[in-house]
Amino acid sequence: MGPLVPYLISNEFNLVIALLVGIGFGFVLEQAGFSSTKKLAGLFYGYDFTVLKVFFTAGVTAMIGVLLFGHWGILDLSLIYINPTFLWSALVGGAIMGLGFIIGGFCPGTSICAAAIGKLDAMAFVFGSALGVFAFAESYPLWEDIYLAENWGPVLISEQLNLSKITFAVLLTAVAIAAFYFTHLIENKVTKRQTEVTKNKRNNYAIAGALAFVLIAIVAFSPSKEEMIESRVSSPKRHQEYPFKEVTSDQLAFEIAHNFHQINVIDVRSPEEYESYHLPLAINIPLEEIDDRKWEKIFKQKIKANYFYADHDSVAKKAYLLSNYAGKSANYLLKDSSFDFRKLYSNIEAPVANASKEVMNSYNYRQKLAIDMEKLVEAMSNLNKPVPIKTVAAKGGC
Amino acid sequence: MKPKPYMNPYLAGVLLGLVLLLTIYITGRGLGASGAVKSVVLEMVSNLAPEHTANTAYLKNYAENNPGGPLKDWLFFEVVGVLIGAFLSGVISNRMGLKLERGPKITNRTRIIAAIAGGFLFGLGSQLGRGCTSGSALSGMAVMSFGGIITMLAIFGSGYFFAYFFRKLWL
Repeated sequence: MGPLVPYLISNEFNLVIALLVGIGFGFVLEQAGFSSTKKLAGLFYGYDFTVLKVFFTAGVTAMIGVLLFGHWGILDLSLIYINPTFLWSALVGGAIMGLGFIIGGFCPGTSICAAAIGKLDAMAFVFGSALGVFAFAESYPLWEDIYLAENWGPVLISEQLNLSKITFAVLLTAVAIAAFYFTHLIENKVTKRQTEVTKNKRNNYAIAGALAFVLIAIVAFSPSKEEMIESRVSSPKRHQEYPFKEVTSDQLAFEIAHNFHQINVIDVRSPEEYESYHLPLAINIPLEEIDDRKWEKIFKQKIKANYFYADHDSVAKKAYLLSNYAGKSANYLLKDSSFDFRKLYSNIEAPVANASKEVMNSYNYRQKLAIDMEKLVEAMSNLNKPVPIKTVAAKGGC
Repeated sequence: MKPKPYMNPYLAGVLLGLVLLLTIYITGRGLGASGAVKSVVLEMVSNLAPEHTANTAYLKNYAENNPGGPLKDWLFFEVVGVLIGAFLSGVISNRMGLKLERGPKITNRTRIIAAIAGGFLFGLGSQLGRGCTSGSALSGMAVMSFGGIITMLAIFGSGYFFAYFFRKLWL
């Protein structure tokens, strides 16, 4: 699941990615005509709306893509960077940038593009923007109040407008298409030309526009990957029919005592329940946290088997099924609850004197396992502690 | 050879959107431009005048948060890529060459002065607004950031507002 940095792609390799996406970015900007200052200025005088068309199309495409990726579970939307809102600095800074745009005829990205193909005015613009950055750094105390005022954090426009993300996506797409249509009319009027859009092109545009709405509808009406998994892992029918690999308390106790290095015992109850009692060497991953990235390694590894338990069958089974989605580790389910395990292995009561041989045997067996497990817990808890070293003072001799 | 015509704007828009989407998918963040200028400028200043950097809050803050300078900066590498990508595009479409574009009524000198002045304002504004048309407006729109979208509205609103006063530069 994306973003791939820093989980699958290191921060160093990310710089190579930066170079590659930069090449794509620069190539498309130049192909679109953003290296021409006249084309850029045309936006403000109505003779050429290329900038608006490219910009709006790109924004809507990426926005719908982000929604779809999130919906399909390809991209974790809670991890992506949302530009924070500082109301006044955004408005004042934006206004200054707009003034710079109309005077200089470029914005930073387009000026770099144009400079790359040899435009002298673009090189002057880049030089000017370096001076501007320097001036801001030097005069920062003057700006500081505006710069830091009204910090709203990473809020979304949909939240501000009280709309769902989907409604906003529909609105923005509709606005974009309307803007394309009307700017086409304005362009014709200002340039006094009648550029007719060919029938073929018109059809293509209609298909592209419809596709945008279809993709939004997919996000709106089909269940997301998260919802699908949720409904599958909690369906009672599946809990009955799925061939869970189940173990008894005795089997698990044996594994803990003898093969502790090959297994993870996972308590999927709440942290409070875990604190009050848990199986020897168990770790706590509450059910709600299973899809959290910090546990990913436990479910993706194939070296250790995972043993799940809880106090309710449905909770443990859900965790087991969820971990099937998360990774490829071998999973087992403790048939019994933590109470059952506790009854068998904590404070084992010695059987009465005249108990049958069978009862005596199982008592001895469990007693031994309980002691072994206790020793292990003790040993493991000391694992990270410093080894005590006796200080021995040197003794002189004759 | 004649320069080739520009790409269809909607097609270019979709491609640009896909580049942006890919960037967000891989890195979790959008594209940018002014940030690279910032990292180069501030690194230069802190190398030339280390004492001054230590005394200037904004420079000091940046130097502390970006110990590697531009060579560790994602946006710096992205902008190097932009230079390469635009260059390649210029080469295959026959648009290379030292040229200067200006409105019909002004001299080359006026154009250069205006470009420097406009760049100055854009550079300054992008620092105040925490990003330019790429980093704030475009990438912000993709992730529905409120701040990004109002920055975009402010940029273009102000552009239209001032367009009348600077029409001699262009028309």
